[in-house]
Amino acid sequence: MFRNVAELIEIAQSSNKKISEIMIEQEMEFTGRTREEIFEQMDKNLTIMEQAVERGLEGVRSVSGLTGGDAVLLQKYIEKGNFLTGKNILDAVSKAVATNEVNAAMGTICATPTAGSAGVVPGTLFAVKNVLNPTREEMINFLFTSGAFGFVVANNASISGAAGGCQAEVGSASGMAAAAIVEMAGGTPDQCAQAMAITLKNMLGLVCDPVAGLVEVPCVKRNAMGAANAMVAADMALAGITSTIPCDEVIDAMYKIGLTMPTALKETAQGGLAATPTGRELEAKIFGVPLQKGD
Amino acid sequence: MKYKSVFDIIGPIMIGPSSSHTAGAARIGRVARSLFGRQPKWANISFYGSFAKTYKGHGTDVAIVGGLLDFDTFDERIKTSLQIADSLGVSISFHEEDAVTDHPNTAKVVIGDDDGELELVGISIGGGKIEITELNGFALKLSGNHPALLVVHDDRYGAIAGVANVLAKFAINIGHMEVSRKEKGQKALMTIEVDQNIDDAVIQELSALPNITQVTKIVD
Repeated sequence: MFRNVAELIEIAQSSNKKISEIMIEQEMEFTGRTREEIFEQMDKNLTIMEQAVERGLEGVRSVSGLTGGDAVLLQKYIEKGNFLTGKNILDAVSKAVATNEVNAAMGTICATPTAGSAGVVPGTLFAVKNVLNPTREEMINFLFTSGAFGFVVANNASISGAAGGCQAEVGSASGMAAAAIVEMAGGTPDQCAQAMAITLKNMLGLVCDPVAGLVEVPCVKRNAMGAANAMVAADMALAGITSTIPCDEVIDAMYKIGLTMPTALKETAQGGLAATPTGRELEAKIFGVPLQKGD
Repeated sequence: MKYKSVFDIIGPIMIGPSSSHTAGAARIGRVARSLFGRQPKWANISFYGSFAKTYKGHGTDVAIVGGLLDFDTFDERIKTSLQIADSLGVSISFHEEDAVTDHPNTAKVVIGDDDGELELVGISIGGGKIEITELNGFALKLSGNHPALLVVHDDRYGAIAGVANVLAKFAINIGHMEVSRKEKGQKALMTIEVDQNIDDAVIQELSALPNITQVTKIVD
Protein backbone atom coordinates (compact mmCIF):
# COMPACT_ATOMS: atom_id res chain seq x y z
CA MET A 1 0.00 0.00 0.00
CA PHE A 2 1.37 3.43 -0.91
CA ARG A 3 1.34 6.05 1.84
CA ASN A 4 2.53 9.08 -0.08
CA VAL A 5 3.09 10.34 -3.61
CA ALA A 6 6.78 9.39 -3.64
CA GLU A 7 5.89 5.76 -2.91
CA LEU A 8 3.09 5.82 -5.47
CA ILE A 9 5.45 7.07 -8.19
CA GLU A 10 8.17 4.63 -7.14
CA ILE A 11 5.76 1.67 -7.39
CA ALA A 12 4.50 2.86 -10.79
CA GLN A 13 8.00 3.40 -12.17
CA SER A 14 9.54 0.17 -10.88
CA SER A 15 6.63 -1.94 -12.13
CA ASN A 16 6.32 0.09 -15.35
CA LYS A 17 2.61 0.59 -14.77
CA LYS A 18 0.28 3.56 -14.85
CA ILE A 19 -0.88 5.16 -11.61
CA SER A 20 -4.46 4.12 -12.34
CA GLU A 21 -3.29 0.51 -12.47
CA ILE A 22 -1.52 0.82 -9.10
CA MET A 23 -4.73 2.21 -7.58
CA ILE A 24 -6.83 -0.61 -9.05
CA GLU A 25 -4.42 -3.25 -7.76
CA GLN A 26 -4.42 -1.72 -4.30
CA GLU A 27 -8.21 -1.61 -4.27
CA MET A 28 -8.35 -5.29 -5.26
CA GLU A 29 -5.93 -6.18 -2.49
CA PHE A 30 -7.68 -4.11 0.15
CA THR A 31 -11.25 -5.14 -0.64
CA GLY A 32 -10.72 -8.63 -2.01
CA ARG A 33 -13.04 -7.69 -4.87
CA THR A 34 -12.36 -8.54 -8.49
CA ARG A 35 -11.09 -6.07 -11.07
CA GLU A 36 -14.46 -6.33 -12.84
CA GLU A 37 -16.41 -5.41 -9.71
CA ILE A 38 -14.18 -2.43 -8.99
CA PHE A 39 -14.33 -1.27 -12.59
CA GLU A 40 -18.09 -1.62 -12.62
CA GLN A 41 -18.45 0.58 -9.53
CA MET A 42 -16.21 3.26 -11.01
CA ASP A 43 -18.11 3.01 -14.29
CA LYS A 44 -21.28 3.81 -12.31
CA ASN A 45 -19.59 6.86 -10.76
CA LEU A 46 -18.55 8.01 -14.23
CA THR A 47 -22.14 7.69 -15.47
CA ILE A 48 -23.41 9.81 -12.56
CA MET A 49 -20.77 12.44 -13.39
CA GLU A 50 -21.81 12.42 -17.03
CA GLN A 51 -25.47 12.87 -16.13
CA ALA A 52 -24.68 15.72 -13.72
CA VAL A 53 -22.74 17.60 -16.42
CA GLU A 54 -25.58 17.11 -18.89
CA ARG A 55 -28.16 18.30 -16.39
CA GLY A 56 -26.09 21.33 -15.43
CA LEU A 57 -25.62 22.32 -19.05
CA GLU A 58 -29.38 22.30 -19.49
CA GLY A 59 -29.59 24.86 -16.68
CA VAL A 60 -30.44 24.37 -12.99
CA ARG A 61 -31.22 26.72 -10.11
CA SER A 62 -30.52 26.09 -6.43
CA VAL A 63 -33.23 26.22 -3.76
CA SER A 64 -31.71 29.37 -2.22
CA GLY A 65 -31.53 31.02 -5.64
CA LEU A 66 -27.87 31.89 -5.08
CA THR A 67 -26.48 29.81 -7.93
CA GLY A 68 -27.38 28.24 -11.25
CA GLY A 69 -27.36 28.99 -14.95
CA ASP A 70 -23.70 29.99 -15.26
CA ALA A 71 -22.66 26.80 -17.06
CA VAL A 72 -25.23 27.60 -19.74
CA LEU A 73 -23.98 31.18 -20.09
CA LEU A 74 -20.44 29.97 -20.55
CA GLN A 75 -21.37 27.37 -23.19
CA LYS A 76 -23.20 30.08 -25.17
CA TYR A 77 -20.17 32.33 -24.84
CA ILE A 78 -17.87 29.58 -26.15
CA GLU A 79 -20.18 29.09 -29.15
CA LYS A 80 -19.77 32.74 -30.11
CA GLY A 81 -16.05 32.07 -30.51
CA ASN A 82 -14.65 35.36 -29.23
CA PHE A 83 -13.05 34.02 -26.06
CA LEU A 84 -9.67 35.13 -24.79
CA THR A 85 -8.31 32.05 -23.02
CA GLY A 86 -8.92 28.78 -24.79
CA LYS A 87 -11.82 26.61 -25.81
CA ASN A 88 -10.73 23.53 -23.85
CA ILE A 89 -10.16 25.47 -20.65
CA LEU A 90 -13.53 27.18 -20.90
CA ASP A 91 -15.18 23.88 -21.71
CA ALA A 92 -13.63 22.35 -18.57
CA VAL A 93 -14.71 25.39 -16.55
CA SER A 94 -18.30 25.27 -17.80
CA LYS A 95 -18.58 21.54 -17.10
CA ALA A 96 -17.11 21.95 -13.62
CA VAL A 97 -19.64 24.72 -12.98
CA ALA A 98 -22.43 22.55 -14.42
CA THR A 99 -21.67 19.75 -11.97
CA ASN A 100 -21.41 22.03 -8.98
CA GLU A 101 -24.59 23.86 -9.87
CA VAL A 102 -26.39 20.51 -9.90
CA ASN A 103 -24.86 19.77 -6.51
CA ALA A 104 -26.06 23.10 -5.11
CA ALA A 105 -29.53 22.32 -6.45
CA MET A 106 -29.62 19.07 -4.43
CA GLY A 107 -29.19 17.00 -7.56
CA THR A 108 -27.40 13.64 -7.78
CA ILE A 109 -23.62 13.89 -8.02
CA CYS A 110 -20.55 11.82 -7.24
CA ALA A 111 -18.44 13.34 -4.43
CA THR A 112 -14.94 13.84 -5.91
CA PRO A 113 -13.41 14.01 -3.34
CA THR A 114 -16.28 15.92 -1.70
CA ALA A 115 -19.61 17.26 -2.91
CA GLY A 116 -18.46 20.87 -2.67
CA SER A 117 -15.55 20.10 -4.98
CA ALA A 118 -17.36 17.58 -7.18
CA GLY A 119 -17.07 19.67 -10.35
CA VAL A 120 -13.35 19.80 -11.03
CA VAL A 121 -12.51 16.19 -11.90
CA PRO A 122 -15.52 15.53 -14.18
CA GLY A 123 -15.32 19.04 -15.64
CA THR A 124 -11.75 18.53 -16.81
CA LEU A 125 -12.37 14.90 -17.79
CA PHE A 126 -15.25 15.69 -20.13
CA ALA A 127 -13.39 18.63 -21.65
CA VAL A 128 -10.20 16.62 -22.23
CA LYS A 129 -12.34 13.82 -23.65
CA ASN A 130 -13.13 16.00 -26.66
CA VAL A 131 -9.42 16.52 -27.30
CA LEU A 132 -7.93 13.09 -26.61
CA ASN A 133 -10.88 10.84 -27.61
CA PRO A 134 -10.28 8.32 -24.83
CA THR A 135 -12.00 4.93 -24.59
CA ARG A 136 -14.52 4.34 -21.79
CA GLU A 137 -11.82 2.34 -20.01
CA GLU A 138 -9.38 5.24 -20.22
CA MET A 139 -12.04 7.56 -18.80
CA ILE A 140 -12.57 5.19 -15.88
CA ASN A 141 -8.80 5.07 -15.40
CA PHE A 142 -8.83 8.88 -15.19
CA LEU A 143 -10.94 8.49 -12.06
CA PHE A 144 -8.62 5.87 -10.56
CA THR A 145 -5.61 8.15 -11.10
CA SER A 146 -7.49 11.06 -9.52
CA GLY A 147 -8.44 8.75 -6.69
CA ALA A 148 -4.86 7.68 -6.08
CA PHE A 149 -3.72 11.26 -5.49
CA GLY A 150 -6.83 12.10 -3.48
CA PHE A 151 -6.17 9.02 -1.37
CA VAL A 152 -2.73 10.35 -0.42
CA VAL A 153 -4.10 13.81 0.42
CA ALA A 154 -7.00 12.40 2.47
CA ASN A 155 -4.70 10.21 4.53
CA ASN A 156 -1.85 12.67 5.01
CA ALA A 157 -3.70 15.99 5.11
CA SER A 158 -7.42 16.52 4.62
CA ILE A 159 -10.09 16.73 1.94
CA SER A 160 -12.64 18.53 4.09
CA GLY A 161 -13.24 22.28 4.06
CA ALA A 162 -14.28 22.17 7.71
CA ALA A 163 -10.94 20.62 8.62
CA GLY A 164 -8.53 22.26 6.19
CA GLY A 165 -10.21 25.12 4.33
CA CYS A 166 -11.12 25.13 0.65
CA GLN A 167 -7.51 24.38 -0.29
CA ALA A 168 -8.25 20.89 1.08
CA GLU A 169 -11.43 20.54 -0.99
CA VAL A 170 -11.18 22.30 -4.33
CA GLY A 171 -7.38 22.34 -3.96
CA SER A 172 -7.25 18.56 -3.65
CA ALA A 173 -9.78 18.07 -6.43
CA SER A 174 -7.75 20.28 -8.76
CA GLY A 175 -4.49 18.49 -8.01
CA MET A 176 -6.19 15.13 -8.54
CA ALA A 177 -7.61 16.31 -11.87
CA ALA A 178 -4.27 17.72 -13.08
CA ALA A 179 -2.51 14.42 -12.39
CA ALA A 180 -5.21 12.44 -14.18
CA ILE A 181 -5.16 14.74 -17.22
CA VAL A 182 -1.41 14.20 -17.52
CA GLU A 183 -1.78 10.42 -17.45
CA MET A 184 -4.56 10.48 -20.05
CA ALA A 185 -2.45 12.74 -22.26
CA GLY A 186 0.40 10.21 -22.14
CA GLY A 187 2.59 11.82 -19.48
CA THR A 188 4.76 9.86 -17.07
CA PRO A 189 3.85 9.07 -13.45
CA ASP A 190 6.38 11.66 -12.35
CA GLN A 191 4.76 14.27 -14.57
CA CYS A 192 1.44 13.42 -12.92
CA ALA A 193 2.98 14.18 -9.53
CA GLN A 194 4.50 17.42 -10.84
CA ALA A 195 1.10 18.55 -12.15
CA MET A 196 -0.51 17.70 -8.81
CA ALA A 197 2.17 19.66 -6.94
CA ILE A 198 1.98 22.71 -9.23
CA THR A 199 -1.82 22.81 -8.95
CA LEU A 200 -2.00 22.38 -5.19
CA LYS A 201 0.72 24.99 -4.66
CA ASN A 202 -1.51 27.50 -6.39
CA MET A 203 -4.50 26.60 -4.25
CA LEU A 204 -2.66 26.92 -0.91
CA GLY A 205 -4.27 29.19 1.63
CA LEU A 206 -7.70 28.98 0.08
CA VAL A 207 -10.21 29.49 2.88
CA CYS A 208 -13.65 27.91 3.16
CA ASP A 209 -16.04 30.84 3.59
CA PRO A 210 -19.42 29.77 2.19
CA VAL A 211 -22.01 32.54 2.13
CA ALA A 212 -24.88 31.64 4.47
CA GLY A 213 -22.93 28.42 5.11
CA LEU A 214 -24.13 26.97 1.81
CA VAL A 215 -22.06 25.08 -0.76
CA GLU A 216 -22.80 27.68 -3.45
CA VAL A 217 -21.00 31.00 -3.17
CA PRO A 218 -18.06 30.98 -3.70
CA CYS A 219 -17.89 27.18 -4.18
CA VAL A 220 -19.31 27.00 -7.71
CA LYS A 221 -16.84 29.54 -9.09
CA ARG A 222 -13.99 27.97 -7.15
CA ASN A 223 -14.73 24.72 -8.96
CA ALA A 224 -14.46 26.74 -12.17
CA MET A 225 -11.06 28.15 -11.27
CA GLY A 226 -9.91 24.81 -9.90
CA ALA A 227 -10.64 23.24 -13.28
CA ALA A 228 -8.75 26.00 -15.12
CA ASN A 229 -5.85 25.66 -12.70
CA ALA A 230 -5.72 21.90 -13.29
CA MET A 231 -5.74 22.27 -17.07
CA VAL A 232 -2.90 24.80 -17.06
CA ALA A 233 -0.80 22.86 -14.55
CA ALA A 234 -1.25 19.67 -16.59
CA ASP A 235 0.03 21.46 -19.70
CA MET A 236 2.97 22.84 -17.71
CA ALA A 237 3.91 19.39 -16.42
CA LEU A 238 3.58 17.91 -19.91
CA ALA A 239 5.90 20.65 -21.14
CA GLY A 240 8.50 19.34 -18.73
CA ILE A 241 8.12 21.94 -15.98
CA THR A 242 8.64 20.57 -12.49
CA SER A 243 7.59 21.75 -9.05
CA THR A 244 10.52 23.04 -6.98
CA ILE A 245 8.80 21.76 -3.84
CA PRO A 246 8.10 18.00 -4.08
CA CYS A 247 4.46 16.93 -4.17
CA ASP A 248 4.42 15.32 -0.71
CA GLU A 249 5.90 18.45 0.84
CA VAL A 250 3.23 20.58 -0.84
CA ILE A 251 0.55 18.28 0.60
CA ASP A 252 2.16 18.56 4.01
CA ALA A 253 2.30 22.36 3.69
CA MET A 254 -1.40 22.36 2.80
CA TYR A 255 -2.14 20.28 5.89
CA LYS A 256 -0.18 22.59 8.18
CA ILE A 257 -1.76 25.72 6.72
CA GLY A 258 -5.14 24.10 7.38
CA LEU A 259 -4.21 23.45 11.00
CA THR A 260 -3.20 27.06 11.57
CA MET A 261 -6.21 28.49 9.74
CA PRO A 262 -8.71 30.20 12.05
CA THR A 263 -12.01 28.39 12.61
CA ALA A 264 -13.84 31.40 11.17
CA LEU A 265 -12.41 30.43 7.76
CA LYS A 266 -13.20 26.72 7.89
CA GLU A 267 -16.77 26.28 6.69
CA THR A 268 -18.34 28.04 9.66
CA ALA A 269 -19.60 31.03 7.64
CA GLN A 270 -18.07 33.30 10.28
CA GLY A 271 -15.43 34.95 8.12
CA GLY A 272 -14.29 35.74 4.59
CA LEU A 273 -16.94 36.25 1.91
CA ALA A 274 -19.61 34.92 4.28
CA ALA A 275 -18.97 37.87 6.63
CA THR A 276 -19.15 40.59 3.94
CA PRO A 277 -22.15 42.93 4.12
CA THR A 278 -23.65 41.28 1.05
CA GLY A 279 -22.89 37.81 2.39
CA ARG A 280 -24.67 38.65 5.63
CA GLU A 281 -27.64 40.17 3.83
CA LEU A 282 -28.03 37.04 1.73
CA GLU A 283 -27.83 34.88 4.83
CA ALA A 284 -30.52 36.93 6.56
CA LYS A 285 -32.72 36.76 3.48
CA ILE A 286 -32.34 33.02 2.89
CA PHE A 287 -32.81 31.89 6.49
CA GLY A 288 -34.97 34.72 7.78
CA VAL A 289 -32.53 35.39 10.62
CA PRO A 290 -31.43 38.75 12.01
CA LEU A 291 -28.63 40.41 10.06
CA GLN A 292 -25.23 39.67 11.64
CA LYS A 293 -22.49 42.21 11.40
CA GLY A 294 -19.52 41.45 9.19
CA ASP A 295 -16.15 40.79 10.80
CA MET B 1 -5.03 5.36 7.50
CA LYS B 2 -8.49 6.84 7.70
CA TYR B 3 -9.33 6.39 4.04
CA LYS B 4 -8.76 2.88 2.72
CA SER B 5 -10.73 2.61 -0.50
CA VAL B 6 -10.52 4.62 -3.72
CA PHE B 7 -14.31 4.91 -3.46
CA ASP B 8 -13.91 6.94 -0.27
CA ILE B 9 -12.30 9.53 -2.58
CA ILE B 10 -14.26 9.06 -5.82
CA GLY B 11 -17.72 8.69 -4.32
CA PRO B 12 -20.18 8.30 -2.80
CA ILE B 13 -22.92 8.90 -5.31
CA MET B 14 -25.15 11.24 -3.38
CA ILE B 15 -27.77 13.95 -3.30
CA GLY B 16 -26.03 17.33 -2.95
CA PRO B 17 -25.01 19.76 -1.70
CA SER B 18 -22.45 18.70 0.93
CA SER B 19 -20.71 15.37 1.40
CA SER B 20 -20.02 16.17 5.06
CA HIS B 21 -23.37 17.72 5.85
CA THR B 22 -25.64 15.71 3.59
CA ALA B 23 -24.13 12.30 2.69
CA GLY B 24 -22.30 11.96 6.02
CA ALA B 25 -25.44 12.88 7.94
CA ALA B 26 -27.49 10.34 5.98
CA ARG B 27 -24.96 7.68 6.86
CA ILE B 28 -24.98 8.57 10.57
CA GLY B 29 -28.77 8.29 10.57
CA ARG B 30 -28.65 4.98 8.73
CA VAL B 31 -26.16 3.43 11.15
CA ALA B 32 -28.44 4.43 14.04
CA ARG B 33 -31.39 2.84 12.24
CA SER B 34 -29.40 -0.29 11.50
CA LEU B 35 -28.30 -0.64 15.14
CA PHE B 36 -31.82 -0.03 16.40
CA GLY B 37 -32.93 -2.76 14.02
CA ARG B 38 -36.33 -1.24 13.25
CA GLN B 39 -38.05 2.00 12.40
CA PRO B 40 -38.11 4.25 15.48
CA LYS B 41 -41.27 6.04 16.61
CA TRP B 42 -39.43 9.17 17.61
CA ALA B 43 -36.04 10.80 17.14
CA ASN B 44 -34.29 13.64 18.97
CA ILE B 45 -31.45 14.91 16.83
CA SER B 46 -28.81 17.31 18.16
CA PHE B 47 -26.40 19.14 15.88
CA TYR B 48 -23.05 20.53 17.02
CA GLY B 49 -20.45 22.84 15.46
CA SER B 50 -20.81 23.46 11.73
CA PHE B 51 -23.76 21.03 11.65
CA ALA B 52 -25.62 23.28 14.11
CA LYS B 53 -24.83 26.44 12.17
CA THR B 54 -25.66 25.37 8.62
CA TYR B 55 -27.85 22.27 8.74
CA LYS B 56 -30.93 23.88 7.22
CA GLY B 57 -29.27 25.09 4.03
CA HIS B 58 -27.32 21.87 3.60
CA GLY B 59 -30.25 19.56 4.07
CA THR B 60 -28.48 17.93 7.02
CA ASP B 61 -31.88 17.62 8.69
CA VAL B 62 -33.54 15.87 5.76
CA ALA B 63 -30.45 13.71 5.19
CA ILE B 64 -30.16 12.40 8.73
CA VAL B 65 -33.90 11.65 8.84
CA GLY B 66 -33.52 9.96 5.44
CA GLY B 67 -30.86 7.77 7.04
CA LEU B 68 -33.16 6.96 9.94
CA LEU B 69 -35.72 5.82 7.34
CA ASP B 70 -33.01 3.55 5.87
CA PHE B 71 -32.40 5.63 2.71
CA ASP B 72 -28.98 5.49 1.06
CA THR B 73 -26.96 8.66 0.26
CA PHE B 74 -28.27 8.73 -3.34
CA ASP B 75 -31.92 8.06 -2.56
CA GLU B 76 -34.04 10.83 -4.07
CA ARG B 77 -36.54 10.39 -1.22
CA ILE B 78 -33.99 12.14 1.06
CA LYS B 79 -35.27 15.48 -0.20
CA THR B 80 -38.76 14.82 1.22
CA SER B 81 -37.75 12.66 4.18
CA LEU B 82 -39.34 14.97 6.76
CA GLN B 83 -42.74 14.61 5.10
CA ILE B 84 -42.22 10.86 4.71
CA ALA B 85 -41.33 10.53 8.40
CA ASP B 86 -44.42 12.51 9.28
CA SER B 87 -46.66 10.31 7.15
CA LEU B 88 -45.15 7.21 8.80
CA GLY B 89 -45.91 8.64 12.23
CA VAL B 90 -42.26 9.15 13.22
CA SER B 91 -41.95 12.27 15.35
CA ILE B 92 -38.72 14.22 14.93
CA SER B 93 -37.18 17.10 16.85
CA PHE B 94 -33.98 19.00 16.12
CA HIS B 95 -31.73 20.80 18.58
CA GLU B 96 -28.93 23.23 17.80
CA GLU B 97 -26.27 22.78 20.49
CA ASP B 98 -23.66 25.35 21.49
CA ALA B 99 -21.28 22.86 23.10
CA VAL B 100 -17.85 22.64 21.47
CA THR B 101 -17.08 19.10 20.30
CA ASP B 102 -13.82 17.48 19.17
CA HIS B 103 -14.99 17.49 15.56
CA PRO B 104 -16.81 20.39 13.85
CA ASN B 105 -19.41 18.12 12.24
CA THR B 106 -20.99 16.17 15.07
CA ALA B 107 -24.50 14.84 15.50
CA LYS B 108 -26.18 13.06 18.39
CA VAL B 109 -29.15 10.88 17.54
CA VAL B 110 -31.48 9.51 20.20
CA ILE B 111 -34.17 7.27 18.76
CA GLY B 112 -36.71 5.00 20.32
CA ASP B 113 -40.10 3.35 20.49
CA ASP B 114 -42.18 1.56 23.15
CA ASP B 115 -39.62 -1.26 23.34
CA GLY B 116 -36.38 0.65 23.68
CA GLU B 117 -34.05 3.53 23.02
CA LEU B 118 -30.72 4.05 21.37
CA GLU B 119 -28.29 6.94 21.59
CA LEU B 120 -25.53 7.41 19.06
CA VAL B 121 -22.97 10.12 18.39
CA GLY B 122 -21.41 10.33 14.93
CA ILE B 123 -18.96 12.63 13.22
CA SER B 124 -18.72 13.40 9.53
CA ILE B 125 -15.03 13.56 8.66
CA GLY B 126 -15.21 14.63 5.01
CA GLY B 127 -16.09 13.21 1.62
CA GLY B 128 -19.11 11.43 3.07
CA LYS B 129 -17.05 9.34 5.45
CA ILE B 130 -18.24 9.02 9.02
CA GLU B 131 -17.10 7.67 12.36
CA ILE B 132 -19.39 6.59 15.14
CA THR B 133 -17.81 7.86 18.35
CA GLU B 134 -20.37 6.92 20.98
CA LEU B 135 -23.11 4.34 21.40
CA ASN B 136 -25.39 4.39 24.44
CA GLY B 137 -22.73 6.28 26.33
CA PHE B 138 -19.88 3.96 25.33
CA ALA B 139 -17.00 5.59 23.49
CA LEU B 140 -16.12 3.66 20.35
CA LYS B 141 -14.32 3.82 17.03
CA LEU B 142 -16.08 2.39 14.02
CA SER B 143 -14.68 3.12 10.59
CA GLY B 144 -17.74 2.13 8.60
CA ASN B 145 -15.39 0.44 6.13
CA HIS B 146 -16.07 -3.11 7.20
CA PRO B 147 -18.93 -5.18 8.47
CA ALA B 148 -18.99 -4.75 12.21
CA LEU B 149 -20.48 -6.47 15.24
CA LEU B 150 -21.54 -4.65 18.36
CA VAL B 151 -21.91 -6.93 21.35
CA VAL B 152 -23.39 -5.61 24.59
CA HIS B 153 -22.39 -7.93 27.41
CA ASP B 154 -21.84 -8.26 31.14
CA ASP B 155 -18.28 -7.56 32.16
CA ARG B 156 -17.32 -11.15 33.15
CA TYR B 157 -14.33 -13.36 32.47
CA GLY B 158 -14.64 -15.47 29.35
CA ALA B 159 -17.24 -13.27 27.65
CA ILE B 160 -14.77 -11.96 25.09
CA ALA B 161 -13.17 -15.35 24.54
CA GLY B 162 -16.62 -16.87 23.95
CA VAL B 163 -17.36 -14.38 21.19
CA ALA B 164 -13.93 -14.82 19.62
CA ASN B 165 -14.36 -18.60 19.62
CA VAL B 166 -17.66 -18.42 17.76
CA LEU B 167 -16.15 -16.10 15.15
CA ALA B 168 -13.18 -18.47 14.77
CA LYS B 169 -15.55 -21.41 14.30
CA PHE B 170 -17.27 -19.60 11.40
CA ALA B 171 -13.86 -18.62 9.94
CA ILE B 172 -14.53 -14.91 10.41
CA ASN B 173 -11.41 -12.80 10.76
CA ILE B 174 -11.34 -9.89 13.21
CA GLY B 175 -9.74 -6.76 11.73
CA HIS B 176 -10.23 -4.44 14.67
CA MET B 177 -11.65 -4.93 18.14
CA GLU B 178 -12.32 -2.71 21.12
CA VAL B 179 -13.87 -3.39 24.47
CA SER B 180 -15.23 -0.63 26.66
CA ARG B 181 -17.14 -0.71 29.93
CA LYS B 182 -18.76 1.85 32.12
CA GLU B 183 -17.68 0.26 35.39
CA LYS B 184 -15.93 -2.95 36.39
CA GLY B 185 -18.40 -5.82 36.48
CA GLN B 186 -21.17 -3.81 34.83
CA LYS B 187 -22.40 -3.48 31.22
CA ALA B 188 -19.70 -3.51 28.58
CA LEU B 189 -19.50 -3.27 24.80
CA MET B 190 -17.37 -5.13 22.27
CA THR B 191 -16.88 -3.39 18.93
CA ILE B 192 -15.60 -5.85 16.36
CA GLU B 193 -14.80 -5.05 12.74
CA VAL B 194 -14.54 -8.17 10.61
CA ASP B 195 -13.49 -9.02 7.08
CA GLN B 196 -16.43 -11.24 6.12
CA ASN B 197 -20.16 -10.72 6.12
CA ILE B 198 -21.91 -12.17 9.13
CA ASP B 199 -24.78 -14.65 8.73
CA ASP B 200 -27.76 -14.68 11.06
CA ALA B 201 -26.61 -18.09 12.28
CA VAL B 202 -23.52 -16.42 13.73
CA ILE B 203 -25.62 -13.75 15.42
CA GLN B 204 -27.89 -16.40 16.92
CA GLU B 205 -24.99 -18.40 18.27
CA LEU B 206 -23.36 -15.28 19.73
CA SER B 207 -26.65 -14.20 21.32
CA ALA B 208 -26.98 -17.58 23.02
CA LEU B 209 -23.61 -17.26 24.78
CA PRO B 210 -23.62 -16.61 28.54
CA ASN B 211 -23.37 -12.95 29.64
CA ILE B 212 -24.26 -11.62 26.19
CA THR B 213 -27.15 -9.13 26.22
CA GLN B 214 -27.44 -7.90 22.64
CA VAL B 215 -25.68 -8.58 19.35
CA THR B 216 -26.07 -6.23 16.40
CA LYS B 217 -24.36 -6.28 13.05
CA ILE B 218 -23.62 -3.35 10.79
CA VAL B 219 -23.02 -4.17 7.16
CA ASP B 220 -21.10 -1.68 5.07
